[in-house]
Amino acid sequence: MILTIVMLGFLLLGAFAWYMEGISSRAPRWIALFAVIFAAGLFASFVLGSGTSFAELKPLVRVPWIPLFNIEYALAIDHLSIILLSLTFMLALICVLVSWQEIKEKAGFYYFNLLATFAGIIGVFTAVDLFLFFFFWEVMLLPMTAIIAIWGHENRHFAAIKFFIFTQVSSLLMLVAIILMAAAHYQQTGQLSFYYSDWLALDLPLEYARWLMLGFFIAFAVKLPSVPVHSWLPDAHTQAPTAGSVLLAGVLLKTGAYGLIRFVIFLFPEASQGFAPLAALLGVVSILYGAKMAFAQQDFKRLVAYSSISHMGFVMLALFSFNTTAYQGAVLTLVAHGLSSGALFSLAGIIYSRIHSRNLADMGGFWSSAPRMGGFTLAFAAAAFGLPGLANFIGEFMSLVGAYQVFPVAAVFAALGLIGSAVYGIVLFQSTFHGPPGDKVEDLSGRELVISGSLLGLLLLFGLFPNMILEYSSAAGEQLALLSQGVSNLTGVTYAH
Amino acid sequence: MSLLAWIPFYPLISFLLLIALGRRLSWGLASTLSIGAIALSAISSGLVISQLASADSGIISVKLWSWFSLGSAEVNFSFYLDSLSAVMISVVSGVGLLIHAYAAAYMKNDENFSRFMAYMNLFIVAMLILVLADNLVLLYLGWEGVGLCSFLLIGFWYQEKENVLAARKAFIVTRVGDTAMAIGLFLLFKSLGELNIAAVNVSASSLWQIGDELPYWIALLLLGGAVGKSAQLPLQTWLPDAMAGPTPVSALIHAATMVTAGVYLIARMQGVFLLSPEVMSYVAWVGALTLLLAGVAALAQKDIKRVLAYSTMSQIGYMMLALGAGAWSAGVFHLMTHAFFKALLFLTAGSVILALHHQQDLFKMGGLLKKLPVESGLFIVGLICLMALPGTSGFFSKEAIIATLWSSPTAGPVLWWGAILGALLTSIYSCRLFFLAFLGASREHDKVHDLHHDHPTVLLRWPLFLLALLSLFGGLISLDFTEVFAVASSVDAAQEPAWLHPLAIATPFIGIAFAWFFFKSYRDNNGEALEMKPGGLNRFCGDGLGFDWLYHSLLVRPYCFLAAINRRDIIDQLIMFNGWYVRLWHDAMSASQNGSLRWYAAGIGLAVVCLAGVTTL
Repeated sequence: MILTIVMLGFLLLGAFAWYMEGISSRAPRWIALFAVIFAAGLFASFVLGSGTSFAELKPLVRVPWIPLFNIEYALAIDHLSIILLSLTFMLALICVLVSWQEIKEKAGFYYFNLLATFAGIIGVFTAVDLFLFFFFWEVMLLPMTAIIAIWGHENRHFAAIKFFIFTQVSSLLMLVAIILMAAAHYQQTGQLSFYYSDWLALDLPLEYARWLMLGFFIAFAVKLPSVPVHSWLPDAHTQAPTAGSVLLAGVLLKTGAYGLIRFVIFLFPEASQGFAPLAALLGVVSILYGAKMAFAQQDFKRLVAYSSISHMGFVMLALFSFNTTAYQGAVLTLVAHGLSSGALFSLAGIIYSRIHSRNLADMGGFWSSAPRMGGFTLAFAAAAFGLPGLANFIGEFMSLVGAYQVFPVAAVFAALGLIGSAVYGIVLFQSTFHGPPGDKVEDLSGRELVISGSLLGLLLLFGLFPNMILEYSSAAGEQLALLSQGVSNLTGVTYAH
Repeated sequence: MSLLAWIPFYPLISFLLLIALGRRLSWGLASTLSIGAIALSAISSGLVISQLASADSGIISVKLWSWFSLGSAEVNFSFYLDSLSAVMISVVSGVGLLIHAYAAAYMKNDENFSRFMAYMNLFIVAMLILVLADNLVLLYLGWEGVGLCSFLLIGFWYQEKENVLAARKAFIVTRVGDTAMAIGLFLLFKSLGELNIAAVNVSASSLWQIGDELPYWIALLLLGGAVGKSAQLPLQTWLPDAMAGPTPVSALIHAATMVTAGVYLIARMQGVFLLSPEVMSYVAWVGALTLLLAGVAALAQKDIKRVLAYSTMSQIGYMMLALGAGAWSAGVFHLMTHAFFKALLFLTAGSVILALHHQQDLFKMGGLLKKLPVESGLFIVGLICLMALPGTSGFFSKEAIIATLWSSPTAGPVLWWGAILGALLTSIYSCRLFFLAFLGASREHDKVHDLHHDHPTVLLRWPLFLLALLSLFGGLISLDFTEVFAVASSVDAAQEPAWLHPLAIATPFIGIAFAWFFFKSYRDNNGEALEMKPGGLNRFCGDGLGFDWLYHSLLVRPYCFLAAINRRDIIDQLIMFNGWYVRLWHDAMSASQNGSLRWYAAGIGLAVVCLAGVTTL
């Protein structure tokens, strides 16, 4: 129930912020900050205080919604959702903080959209009725499009429309797959159902399962994104306001990975396994192509955007390796990339607020006037190129170690991404902070120090003590490995009713 | 917590303080903090090593925390000290301490002094972790960490474009090697399910036979990592450019410690390398070719630091050659003595450079013997060790290497001759350097800068004296690796020709004699301007024998070209073509809806005609 309150709270407080806009220009951001802290606190106290282990999906609420089609309002969480929800709350806080000075126009409506996106994302990570899932998937999309279209940079309308169309077209395929899946349930049991665990119990013919799997896969591959359906991302990330970019890279991409885990791999284990070589290939191509494209960019945000494509390639490769170590690596990469790319986009916003440009050619030599900013940029670039000691390294290392067990050739090519990431990471850092001193820029303010410092702190924490996250992904990872050995021990995946 | 665990933490704490407080620290405070931290590390190292002598197993290990697990294999934050890592930590913390002390004086007037010392401290942290790591992932952490610090310190004077590019090159070229090493780790883990160094060495020799395929590939990939870090063929190109960093950096990172990490890695993974004699002989060949190439390149350099850089590369070539020949202890012994005398050479060169107002061009020096007698004396000590004249530390270690080559199954007479030729080249370029800088008359600098005016004498001189003592007498330190290197290579000396040993000892003298006559014009120069002969060969050797050009045209330019032509993302354009297509039809359709009656009438007419045509057919 608590998550329902959190989502409703986000919507209501968002509406309140919108209303308060006319009364005080400062009120909306304070309301948003309060909403995020309050929601995060509520969630933390619920998870820590519940006393149950969330190793298996634990249902939180299940009530009928549209009884005619047996559609339910059903939420459940397990370790994976908890990890990703925690990441969402953390980055939600960062989003509000980076918007603090940046958003001056229509601030109330802005924070309403931001909070509505958070609500949608929380829904996506918790819904276990697939119709409900689709509903939240759309809820998260609309306010996000609005954020890009209204508060974005010079080319915002184009980017917003592109983002919207890509996601819509692909989620249409998912909707078809969802309906067909419900129909298959009807065929086998005489009753419609959109409920996740009902679906897990279905025994679909492989031929049929393959097509349905593909419908889900495409929707999530667009969101992840994977080459060749990645091209909405550079435009959307670049044109979005800072918080939009942070949210897109930090959390929205993770909904794609979450979908792949929950609704592709675990729902269609056999079909996914047949598809795995192709998915691994897509992952490797994304890694190398993303790294190469990142190097080619002149725009700070566009460079980071392409680097995200590269990093998500590691996740794709690792997930479809059906290997415990790789799976754990993928989950850690999701968290680490969320923090590090969020941090890089925040820094892009911070630099933009000083020099009103995202072009690397306008930067350079900032170190003399802004050494703190330089240090943080270096640290986050280092996270991006996988410096050991930061969380991204453990994620990528485990992904590759695991993937190597299954797809050695793919893993070797993927490892070349380590060179590619070093190239773009170093270029990014050097073209902003090295070189002859250019314009003087103001160093980080207190608020910006809090943003960068907390993100770096978390990256270090998870880089040095990754077990804090890894221990919560080992059980699911082992099940994944079991699936690959043909032991379809599906009862282990379903949860007690 | 055990004393061992503390060793890397002192410099870590100092690093954090220096970064946090930055320019607010005075020179005195910042240097006390950073030097003090290294001193504590050095003292702890000494104490731990003395404990090691009394430990029964010959090993001290400590587990700090459990880092993560790969399947059932735990990867821990654990340190492991045996006699091999003991040598390494003494070099890193001992030589590191002397260089830190010198650096504090050398960099005193730099406005970013605290940041400089912070990086130096961080480097020591990473280097200590590298040599103390009990598993390969932690070793990799140190490995990447020293790479990052090297990058930061090469680019420390970041306002010069040249330094920025040198830093970038160093990082990316070594990263290529690191990637090979990472793949090696994947393969190692897949085949053994283990990344703990001691366990890997044990299970490798119990699972595999000599000559098996798996150890071949693993050793080859690890060698890839080693050649990157240690600047050996084919990844040697970054080291000469790395001289863009401040001179103490060159002494610490690019001579005494980091560049020898590759040697350490191979020695550490002895168990795997021994199983693959082919890779062992590759190691020997890589070392031999690098030492010759670097020796030739050193003959054609103008910059005093670049001569020393090539010389470092060549001396590491000797260490590789030793490892490849199975002379493990000799290789590590040379690593240690080289750290002493090369640090001495670099730091003395630093003093010379300071005295000449940052002049690094040998052809503009000359006559320094009279002007800087102390520095000249120190430099001579360094050079005779480098040339391996009898009695010096370099002599003991280099002779130990050369003595094993002839009869080694993985080396042999060809490589022996290579090593002798390398020794000849070493003495020739050393003499050339000495003649150009110290003999003759001064060419551009009639007055030298008084070093001790604004640099503290004690810090600038005493480290050099201590290093000179170590260089001269370091050969007497006896290293005992019987516990680490289980299989000692047995050299059947009876089969070897009797003239081998005398020739090896005589070689440097032949080189000196040759240089004495060949470089007469450098030696006798009376103050008129000198230029290097502009021939094509000189330029070719000066540029490191064309490798930069080769990589630039084979790798760098194609990658940049590929990036440039596809900057707009061809895949995006293909997808956006859809949008264009839809819009085209949209425009065509909306153009037909123009509200003009004549167009509609014509349309209807056309349709009627078409329909009529279709029906009649």
